Amino acid sequence: MSVFDFANPERFERLARPIAVPTGALAAVLIGAGLYYGLFNSPPDYKQGETVRIMYVHVPAAWMALACYTALAAASAVGFIWKHPLADVAARATAPIGAVFTAVAIVTGSLWGRPMWGTWWAWDARLTSVLILFFLYLGYMAVWAAIEDKARAARLAAIVAIAGFINVPIIKFSVDWWNSLHQPASVFRADGPTIDGSMLAPLLLMALGYTVLFIALLLASMRNEIAARRLMRLEGAPGRPVSTVRKE
Amino acid sequence: MRAQLAVIGRDVSLAFRSGGGALHSVIFFALAALVFALAIGPDLALLSGLAAPILWAIALLSALVSLDRLFQADFEDGSLDTIVETADFLELSVLAKSVAHWLSAGLPVVLAAPAVALLLNLPAEGYAPLLLSLLVGTPALSFLGAIGAAVALGLRRASILVAILSGPLFAPALIFGVGAARAGAVDSPQFLPAILLLGAITLFGALLGPIAGAAAIRLNMTA
Repeated sequence: MSVFDFANPERFERLARPIAVPTGALAAVLIGAGLYYGLFNSPPDYKQGETVRIMYVHVPAAWMALACYTALAAASAVGFIWKHPLADVAARATAPIGAVFTAVAIVTGSLWGRPMWGTWWAWDARLTSVLILFFLYLGYMAVWAAIEDKARAARLAAIVAIAGFINVPIIKFSVDWWNSLHQPASVFRADGPTIDGSMLAPLLLMALGYTVLFIALLLASMRNEIAARRLMRLEGAPGRPVSTVRKE
Repeated sequence: MRAQLAVIGRDVSLAFRSGGGALHSVIFFALAALVFALAIGPDLALLSGLAAPILWAIALLSALVSLDRLFQADFEDGSLDTIVETADFLELSVLAKSVAHWLSAGLPVVLAAPAVALLLNLPAEGYAPLLLSLLVGTPALSFLGAIGAAVALGLRRASILVAILSGPLFAPALIFGVGAARAGAVDSPQFLPAILLLGAITLFGALLGPIAGAAAIRLNMTA
């Protein structure tokens, strides 16, 4: 049993269909529990007060932003090197999910920054690199949107994803350097205490919930894409109109 | 090697002949400086502090606007087909095309930079570090930009896609370029490391750009 057995969309569908609903339900339970503990059943921070609760939504989203880009690059590499068709589908499906996690991280970070730093946006090193990451996601999706031929779009988008992934550490390093040169880092280094167990539990629950949510959304999106392609093939067959659904 | 030199020679002479567009980059560069000056206002003291960042930003913008043509003309007239068919290593041809792009669009901008810097009231001690940082750093833009230019080959909205794809990749060159120009102007010990890191980014771009660009061109030419 190798990863190539999943290249068969039929087999993928057989595996994905039964776990689609349970993963979605599990994600809802985990995120629900994480939100309950994070928002209602955990202590406020001695320095940040109640605003620390934004962290339970924000920090896991930032983790997912990075994890999704890694997954995107890995799926792109598999798709590019071994021409694994499902890897292309997975990479394409990962991008919008990762972009939304990145946007959530940026927006919640901004909401947290307003009371804590007194400003909606600071050109802090982390904020800036996450913003650049967001643009990398948008560029990747722009390639898919611009090229009609799916097979070609998949491979060109894979090149963009891999080249971007190789650049991520360099961008991160340069932004850190830029930030330390331009403004004293001491202002925004109020990291607070090492995290307490009562805060760590909801944080990890949320992180787990986001991961399961990612899997659920990824499976749904991939099944959609496979179904859409099958529909297109069927409609392409002469004299057999199958549905009036808009062709992608 | 001779093939690559021939590509460079041909591209550069085409760019500098009438209708070639080498001067367009310089005109755009000067125009962008005017736009910044008009937006910021005639305050010479303020402009003098911002001159180095502005010059780097507009050098980056003028690279962006010319990059979509990097392979486009050769794609349209079919010479790219010949290059793909005959090159032993397409990567080296892409490298040659990037070098030619820098010689015909980047270098003129670097040479025009002192005159534009004069308009922006750059302090006298800022000229040498600015020019050095532009010389070392702008080739990275041509190298890394080749990725976007190759991916967007033949698309209708190629220029905007090239800009979207290249922008994030240009961030390190911009950061260290401005950092070096600023540090050099005040004789800061940050200057040497910044210039060296900028050189490292250019060398890295010279490796990554041609590999990724060649892969994208192969795909675009066969499909």
